[in-house]
Amino acid sequence: MSEQRLPPVTELGVVSMALIVTGGITIAAQLPGDVALGLPVALLAASALIMVWNVVSLARAPGFNRPLFFEVARWALLAYCVIAGILEWVFVKDGTRGGVLVVLTLSLVVFAVHVPLLIGFTVARFQPVGVRPTSQIDGAAEATV
Amino acid sequence: MTDVALPAPAVAPDAPARADFQIVPLRGLPVVGAVLVALVVAIASNRLWPLEFFHVAAGGLWTSFDLFLGFVLGPIIGRMAVPARIDLTTKLMPKLLLIMPTIVTCTLASGWQLGRLLGTIDSGYANHSWIVASYIVVGVMAVIALAVLEPANVAVLFELKKPRPDPAVIGRLMKRFIYTAGITGAMQVATLVIMTKVATG
Repeated sequence: MSEQRLPPVTELGVVSMALIVTGGITIAAQLPGDVALGLPVALLAASALIMVWNVVSLARAPGFNRPLFFEVARWALLAYCVIAGILEWVFVKDGTRGGVLVVLTLSLVVFAVHVPLLIGFTVARFQPVGVRPTSQIDGAAEATV
Repeated sequence: MTDVALPAPAVAPDAPARADFQIVPLRGLPVVGAVLVALVVAIASNRLWPLEFFHVAAGGLWTSFDLFLGFVLGPIIGRMAVPARIDLTTKLMPKLLLIMPTIVTCTLASGWQLGRLLGTIDSGYANHSWIVASYIVVGVMAVIALAVLEPANVAVLFELKKPRPDPAVIGRLMKRFIYTAGITGAMQVATLVIMTKVATG
């Protein structure tokens, strides 16, 4: 198995996503009245910090297949930006404003960045540096760079 | 949520050549785009029937896919010959990469708008605790699917696309599906209980 020793990105990603989801549930459960934002903001901050830690630790990890990571993550990022965009539009259309909208928007940003990061990481961690399957999406053959 | 429990297609180092496949079937992207445009139109119209259609149809498909693939098709695939297992996996999983995120997005976005229209997501709604329970159920499924299963799904397809896939890598990734199948199944059954309760008041 060609796996490198890497930081616990997936485990931390699960924690980050769980924090974001808990914050979203906390907000949704209080609508449409006044929403206490203390807990959701704290959860969002913790989730964002974990995401930043994941990004930094991957950027510094030796032996990680970054070309493949970016090749996969960029397409996933596009897809999840579309999904996050639809959800954001629904919130705005329904009249969500102010602090609630800010927290929900930032939560969607963390979601739209962290999921592609996890997909790219999971693919790249098992592929040795130097091996880059070119244009996997359109079915081309494997190449070595 | 966006993935299912399918058993690991172990691949021998000297396995025969397989037909190439697309990890993301490009021909399906226009269909996904059309469905998402229809979803946006339904939400923008804010009318009961289109919102009900998207929420019930997509939600029903989501639950059915999860339960059928995880508890019916998955065990069957586990008993198939390795070449047949690989063949089915490389044909099925790319399609699921498009289908599952699409129906999940349709279910959640239309469901939220439907709740706004009917008032069921208001904290003053009689069955508010059931609605909050549904948030928790969806949240658990979302975390498992997005952070654990979908990355594994894509990574398995990348490994299977190589001339000599490593069975240890595939086996390790597929353990995630086996470990989480029970949780996903329980959450989907809970979804059925909650939604039928909310629908009947």
